Amino acid sequence: MDGAAPLVHARGLTKRFGKATAVDGIDVDVAPGEAFGFLGPNGAGKSSTMRMIGCTSPPTSGTLRILGLDPAADGPRIRARLGVVPQQDTLDTELTVFENLLVYGRYFDLPRGVIRPRAAELLAFFQLAERAGERVEPLSGGMKRRLTIARALINEPQLLLLDEPTTGLDPQARHALWERLYRLKQQGTTLVLTTHYMDEAEQLCDRLVVMDGGRIAAEGSPGELIRRHVSREVLELRFADGVQDHLDLGVLAGIGDRVEALPDRLLLYADDGDAAAAAVHDRGVRPASLLARRSTLEDVFLSLTGRTLVD
Amino acid sequence: MIASLVASSALGGRRAARLFERNLLVTRHIWLVVAAGFFEPLFYLLSLGIGIGDLVGQVEVDGRLVDYRAFVAPAMLAASAMNGAVFDTTFNFYYKLRFARTYDAVVSTPLGVDDVALGETLWALARGGVYAAAFLLVMVVMGLIGSAWAVLALPAALLIGFAFAGAGLACTSFLRSWQDLDVLQLAILPMFLFSGTFAPLAAYPAGLRWVVQATPLYHGVELLRSLCTGAVGVSLAGHVLYLTTMGVVGLAVAGRRIGRVLLA
Amino acid sequence: MHAALRQTEHELLKHRQVWRTSLASWFLTPLLFLGSLGLGIGQAIDRSGAAGTAALGGVRYLAFLAPGLLAATAMQVGAGESLWSVQGGFKWHRFFHASAATPLRPTDVFLGWMTWITIRLVLSATAFVAVAALLGAVRSPLALLAVPAAALTGLAFAAPLTAFTATCQQESTFPLIMRFGVMPLFLFSGAFFPLSQLPATLQAVAQATPLWHGVDLCRALMLGTVDLGSALIHVAVLALFIVGGLAWGTSTFTRRLAP
Repeated sequence: MDGAAPLVHARGLTKRFGKATAVDGIDVDVAPGEAFGFLGPNGAGKSSTMRMIGCTSPPTSGTLRILGLDPAADGPRIRARLGVVPQQDTLDTELTVFENLLVYGRYFDLPRGVIRPRAAELLAFFQLAERAGERVEPLSGGMKRRLTIARALINEPQLLLLDEPTTGLDPQARHALWERLYRLKQQGTTLVLTTHYMDEAEQLCDRLVVMDGGRIAAEGSPGELIRRHVSREVLELRFADGVQDHLDLGVLAGIGDRVEALPDRLLLYADDGDAAAAAVHDRGVRPASLLARRSTLEDVFLSLTGRTLVD
Repeated sequence: MIASLVASSALGGRRAARLFERNLLVTRHIWLVVAAGFFEPLFYLLSLGIGIGDLVGQVEVDGRLVDYRAFVAPAMLAASAMNGAVFDTTFNFYYKLRFARTYDAVVSTPLGVDDVALGETLWALARGGVYAAAFLLVMVVMGLIGSAWAVLALPAALLIGFAFAGAGLACTSFLRSWQDLDVLQLAILPMFLFSGTFAPLAAYPAGLRWVVQATPLYHGVELLRSLCTGAVGVSLAGHVLYLTTMGVVGLAVAGRRIGRVLLA
Repeated sequence: MHAALRQTEHELLKHRQVWRTSLASWFLTPLLFLGSLGLGIGQAIDRSGAAGTAALGGVRYLAFLAPGLLAATAMQVGAGESLWSVQGGFKWHRFFHASAATPLRPTDVFLGWMTWITIRLVLSATAFVAVAALLGAVRSPLALLAVPAAALTGLAFAAPLTAFTATCQQESTFPLIMRFGVMPLFLFSGAFFPLSQLPATLQAVAQATPLWHGVDLCRALMLGTVDLGSALIHVAVLALFIVGGLAWGTSTFTRRLAP
């Protein structure tokens, strides 16, 4: 963070649609080379924030500087140096895979001679080379997503914006995509992404903010957030039908830092899950199943907001 | 100041040209469909010319008797310029704006909303220009051109296309569903049928004539018919002014409205 | 057949929301066409004297045009509901697949769609004949039979085209069918002018198309000049296209929905 000027700098950034406030005065700085995430459930204001950063949605109020420039005055100049992956693929279905890259590169005023080798390289990197001449429509969801990201890289952007990059993909396609994004990060591309998957945030982000209701609830690296807001481990207790409703939570008092009751299970936060399990057993509580696991960002979100990320 | 204005409009033109390039590339995939667009006015001309022309014989234009074929051909050219521009800027544009969301990706690049509006208008004009040139060639071959003024028919057809492209883009920015497009279609049909296209205005009752004279296609038909038959007069300036205003106002409205859809 | 009606009901329910626009266009379209061509060109032809009127069989142009336009419009409605709308049922809205996941068989889905088109055709043809009668273009009470005749004409296109659409994964042929099939038929099948105006070879081609049979049948009924022999031939030709289309569609729908 120190030294280098931030690529994204926001203070009191706000977006209202009529009476609804989508983004409610957030402060954000993204440093060059960083992978920065917005984690939050659907409707938290992540996409609105991303569209403001992408200079396709004017802020209602607050300060916003992208690459040191003002989006209101220098939109085209900023966008020339951004790569944008929107939440929904907006590929040009009337063109082939290769033509999508060609036309998009032309929008950035790149000469064809520059685009052709670069497109070939990107298609190879995203494992789409064999599909270059095919129409976009019949491609699988994972392929379309990879093509959208390849397209966003055609102008060799300084800053890549990814809105929910893996939503709707099967687990295999997600992991393949994470691996590609990780390699981009290693090559020095600054990533800003939104996600409502805590595993995605943990995998990809150096630093992230937890968003809820248009505001920032917490900020830090994944490890920091877990250390600061929850214990190291969690014990999950599941009961037979109806048993949990009649359980007096007082009986578990003192075993861990905290108990969170979800409709289908109890979460017991403790630094040592196995020790906590033994303690539960000692007090005569007999759940149908017990599971000790590491705390995740999901638990951080739960402890901050009292709700789960994916409902 | 002036230099920067010139520079920015040159830049705008170059950016809009990128969208033009995109449409050209799409055309390569559907060239047969695009080429087919030329045949619609031709079929109308042949059907009315051969089939009905003999039955009608001659009609009166500005006090002169003109063969029905020569009467109807410029009207078909005007109507086809209208239909082409309207189709490109309503159905096609609506599909790309709301359904395929093609422009959402475009405005994430250095291109802006103005470039989109300008690029699509240029495209509609170029495509319409090619159809019009081909149709004029057919008219020459069939001997339906009666005046040297007809060299101005091509720019006149482009002007008609410009007027309807501007209006079409503006209308499309207000549409909320495909059903609204049907309503738009319902407004185009009477214009196509009544703008002095198939029969001289004198054939209609006086009340209807006033209405017809207020509609844009009437001015397009009159403009082309005057140029192709040589019945040229001062009234041409009025037609040109009407169509130019319509295109400019439409484009201005479209630029603002489309921004609201794409840059919320 | 009862099962097929479920598909029809579905379509009727869907169109309840847009019936105002449909109704307006069913009445307005014939009014506009007959008003523009029938009255506009009609005045010029009728004024041109005996030669023009003789070519039309001794009637005013409006009376000549109305039945031709009735049949030609039915063809457009039939073709219009058989390409993109049908593909939408398979591909975009996928309501054919939704129906096929119920006890409805693919054949029921197909027949249900054809019933829906038939209803549309009958309604728009009724509106058309009503408008024609108001404008004074109807010469005989037999005009009532022009409604089913127009419906047959529309179905002669709808059945084979719907069957064809079920075989298409892409829509690239659809605009070509409209531009090089439907549009020339509309303009050259005797709806707007007597076929005698065409060169002999083109006349023969036009007479081989189902639209010409529909036009001639509707014209005979609305002008009251029916000759039983040719009327039966017209109906037989139209029926041939419909039955052929139905048989084909039964198999193409089954292949598309239950491969």
